[in-house]
Amino acid sequence: MSNFFQNFIDPAFWYSVLRVSTPLLFAVMAALVSSISGSINIGIEGMMLMAAFWGNVVGAFVKNPWIGLVAGVASAMAMSLLLAFSHLKLRVNLVIAGVALNLFGSGFTVFMLFALTGEKGTSASLGSQPIPRLDIPLLRDIPFLGKVLNNHNALTYLALISIFLVDYLIRKTPLGMRMRAVGENPDAATSVGVSVLRVKYLSLLLSGVFAGFAGAFLSMGYVSWFARDMTSGRGFIALAAQALGGNSAILGALGALLFGIAEATGFTLQSLRIPSEITNMIPFILTLVVLIIYARTRVRSHSRIQKI
Amino acid sequence: MKRSLALLELVRMALTILIALLIGYVFLLFSTKDVAEAFKWFLYGPLSSQRRFVEFLNNSVPLIMTGLALSLVFQARVFNIGAEGCLFFGGFGAMLAALEFPQLSVLHLIVTLLTAALFGAIWAFVPAILKAKWKASELVSSLMMNYIAYLLVLFLVNNYFRDKAAGALVSYRFPQTAWLATLTRYRLNSGFFIAVSVAILIGFLLYFTKYGYEIRVVGANKKFGFYTGINVVVTTFWVQLLAGALAGLAGGIELTAMYRRFVWQSLPGYGFDGIIVAILARNNPFLVIPSALFIAYLRVGANIMSRMMGLAPEVVIVIQSVMILLVTAEALLERFKKRIVEREAMKGE
Amino acid sequence: MKAIEAINVTKVYPNGVVANRNVNFSAAVGEIHAVVGENGAGKTTLMKILFGMEKPTSGEIRIFEKPAQLNSPHDAIALGVGMVHQHFMLVPSFTVAENIMLGIEPKKNLFSLDFKRMEQIISEYAKKVNFELPIWEKVMDLPVGVKQRVEIMKALIRGAKVLILDEPSSVLTPQEVNELFVVLKNLSQQGITIIFITHKLNEVKQIADRITIMREGRVVGTYRNEELTESQIVELMIGRKFEYDISRVKAVPGEPLLVVKNLNYFREDGAHILKNLSFVLRSGEILAIAGLEGNGQKELVEILTGLRENASGEMLVGGKNVLGAKPWQLRQLGISHIPDDRIEVGSALDMSVAENMISDRYDQQPFSGRVVYRKRSVIEFARRLIKEFSIRVKSPTTLVRMLSGGNMQKVVVARELTNEPKVVIANQPTHGIDVASSEFIRKKLLQMRDEGRGVLLVSTDLQEVLQIADRILVLYKGEIVAHLQNENLTETDLGFYMLGTKRQNPEELKELLTL
Repeated sequence: MSNFFQNFIDPAFWYSVLRVSTPLLFAVMAALVSSISGSINIGIEGMMLMAAFWGNVVGAFVKNPWIGLVAGVASAMAMSLLLAFSHLKLRVNLVIAGVALNLFGSGFTVFMLFALTGEKGTSASLGSQPIPRLDIPLLRDIPFLGKVLNNHNALTYLALISIFLVDYLIRKTPLGMRMRAVGENPDAATSVGVSVLRVKYLSLLLSGVFAGFAGAFLSMGYVSWFARDMTSGRGFIALAAQALGGNSAILGALGALLFGIAEATGFTLQSLRIPSEITNMIPFILTLVVLIIYARTRVRSHSRIQKI
Repeated sequence: MKRSLALLELVRMALTILIALLIGYVFLLFSTKDVAEAFKWFLYGPLSSQRRFVEFLNNSVPLIMTGLALSLVFQARVFNIGAEGCLFFGGFGAMLAALEFPQLSVLHLIVTLLTAALFGAIWAFVPAILKAKWKASELVSSLMMNYIAYLLVLFLVNNYFRDKAAGALVSYRFPQTAWLATLTRYRLNSGFFIAVSVAILIGFLLYFTKYGYEIRVVGANKKFGFYTGINVVVTTFWVQLLAGALAGLAGGIELTAMYRRFVWQSLPGYGFDGIIVAILARNNPFLVIPSALFIAYLRVGANIMSRMMGLAPEVVIVIQSVMILLVTAEALLERFKKRIVEREAMKGE
Repeated sequence: MKAIEAINVTKVYPNGVVANRNVNFSAAVGEIHAVVGENGAGKTTLMKILFGMEKPTSGEIRIFEKPAQLNSPHDAIALGVGMVHQHFMLVPSFTVAENIMLGIEPKKNLFSLDFKRMEQIISEYAKKVNFELPIWEKVMDLPVGVKQRVEIMKALIRGAKVLILDEPSSVLTPQEVNELFVVLKNLSQQGITIIFITHKLNEVKQIADRITIMREGRVVGTYRNEELTESQIVELMIGRKFEYDISRVKAVPGEPLLVVKNLNYFREDGAHILKNLSFVLRSGEILAIAGLEGNGQKELVEILTGLRENASGEMLVGGKNVLGAKPWQLRQLGISHIPDDRIEVGSALDMSVAENMISDRYDQQPFSGRVVYRKRSVIEFARRLIKEFSIRVKSPTTLVRMLSGGNMQKVVVARELTNEPKVVIANQPTHGIDVASSEFIRKKLLQMRDEGRGVLLVSTDLQEVLQIADRILVLYKGEIVAHLQNENLTETDLGFYMLGTKRQNPEELKELLTL
């Protein structure tokens, strides 16, 4: 047991928290930029899968991780365009469209994986081109923090930066203001000639970009191959974490870190001989708990009919 | 006017299927040289032999059941898509009952199937109660329950019920008293008849009982339902439990008839296929039967194609997702619908 | 010169309702032009078409005598048309400045909002048109009159030369209306064309240069203000000489059906919405609760019908306190409820007329046995009600969505009045529907009274209150400030109480309970 608690003062533990939080941070930003303009993006999971697949495959083929990254993000953006088009133009229910997108991502990647490699499990046979880690001279030398923060995958740093970018976007830019307006009262936006359609398209597209980074990290940083359904629910967990943080990028990021800690703790428990099936459940159970807490902390309305 | 609108709906359905198949065809173009041959197997495969035809019917059994489960929750406008987890946990329940109560002899099979339904309902209980008590999003919680079901059941089966004598990771074999019969030498799943009867039963429930009326009112407008004196929270709660039981039963039937062991090492996906089955059927339990048959036909076609041509059958999932998008696209052919309505409205001017 | 013009405009909505039929309309530069007509006459639709929010099915729009293609409000704004909607189009959590500058945000460097410039632009412009606005306050904290000025400013700052206002006075107190009219006059003198929709004919006479009258989707005519008297306008609006044919004999109140004692309600944010209300509703009478919108009526009705919780005090039905009971429990006690929102609450739009009519008794004979639901008797029953309430609908299986407002409301009323209720709580029962349907519903409520039931009528429509109520309570800021017998009362009498300028002695009011 003491082993278990010692973990929390070990910089390696916090290093691994940041590592496992990276895809969640991106995914929470993806959830946030779409929800801020009033569209819940259920399809993050599918977008991530797509990006993980194309990032890894293209990276392996051209032998350049950066081109792979671009391809991965582009594929997730294509998915988000499909989602936006289905919802905004064809007027498919957003939740149903998101579910369809996830199915599409899952089916498509397995189909293509088999077509390319003849395998259905992983793309390991293609070889890999991971995104490099960054060794930052000054950071390296700070005690404790250096061990936590240094030598991460480049995308981890991008994830941390993107928290502040999104925060700035939402609060301080015209686009962010329009996104908030569209989310809160689309009629108000329309009445001043702000195109709700355009803002929602942009939001979903941006959501696709972040989902793309999240997915690409999984297959080019977290591990260095693509495995079927490797996102394993992170897209949905991100929705819960984002809900926890409301409209704030900072709070949403803290939510992502909370899940990161849970996941990292799971790894610790595994090293203590607790079966992986059980430890892998922790983030999902935590999500349920978060859902309840979130629902409980919302202002309690007296209107029974509104609460239905 | 009604007739032209119904016709339009049919055209839409046909168009959807056509476009989706076309997209599937394009995908095949990229992955095989002999597309024509592949596509032939895909479309005609299930009819190419009696054995394959039976395979097609068997495949429709779990789809009918999960399609019904999702029709029910969708009718009540509840986005609980946890049928997959319920099916998995229901299958586990069936295994427990099959392995633990062999002394029941005659009643064994019935108890096994009921346990499957019960376990499905228990699994659906979590999102249902979270929704009823705390208004937690049933969408996210039911998805989480899918993952938890998968991990938990795998842990239990692989650690406590694993048949080490079997070559693969499977449970002990069920005793014969817990077998659901298979008919003819091609092993037609007699669960097919159970599924069809259940579909008729659920259709009756929905359209010809007062409980069905409640469900439909709640789905049409929750606020109206509450205002007019229906206990909306209770209705949505029970609908989810019933849906969970149906999905659980699907898992039980599948295992007791087709495998007679717990064999799944990954989520079989029937719960998600149920979404497209329900959507194609417009959430009408009677129409779930043809809808599930259609999806089963595509799936088996894809499987046969994959066996014959060495392609991944997952192309059918791509086709399904495209169909979901097109069938639920309200804007598709809307212009024609608008014209019909306008013409009608201006009549007698 | 014509500022804006609609030529031969026809609009059919997706549900088949024809809102405008070959409408011709024009407003001249700098005039104040009133558009009047009954509810459902197509005024709002016409305005939405002029502002690019709806596309006409056929016809042409011209702005400053040039043909205009309006695909969205954006196009209309670019051509100098602005609109102030009945329900404000504001973002509640935004400040006044953010609301006004949304869509035309000033930037510093390439990306950031420039809040300083925002303030500058607005205050400069506000000075020019003589407006005062609390620039950095959040809109949700502002009174209605100020919100409306924010809306007008939004249009002006975008260069509106034509300003359309949809029922601008309906949410305002008389003082605020006067302030608004000063602003409008001032704007028209600066050459801005004002088009406004209204019901209130005294306002029309007071401020309009010209008047366009609409009926059943058509334009009846456009007249100069001097050409018409108020009663002539009414005739043109309704298409016949109309007088409400409602006669009322004196009520014979019987035993108390609903007794409310010391009812208090604090909203979620702590605001004291209902203050110590006490009153008695007896059988055989119509008790009206009058007042301007937003004085607690909505909450009162929701509490009495079980749609809202957390009130304190007593609500006695048959001697038992049922405050806090659920809607189904109250319905079982014979309390029926005509809600003010027939679309969101009062019906299921995508279910049939028949199925909407039995939603409160679907589980009783003859519609259901123990389990089985009998469609045939439902349809039969619906046929009867359709006839009895003269609802214009093709068949009982038609979806409610396809009905006009008046007929939709009749479906709701038919259901709520036919389950042998003891108490009918009617909240704005004739709001937003045509005159004929209103008259029909009011008569039905009187009939309920004469059958010995109790009717609690909550209404902001004074004409309606004076027509059918026996007693009137006036609600002001959550308090009952007057209790009046409906004898020789006028709208003005009520008005003083509704505005809070006058109130009865609290001692006298206390005796209400024993009445």
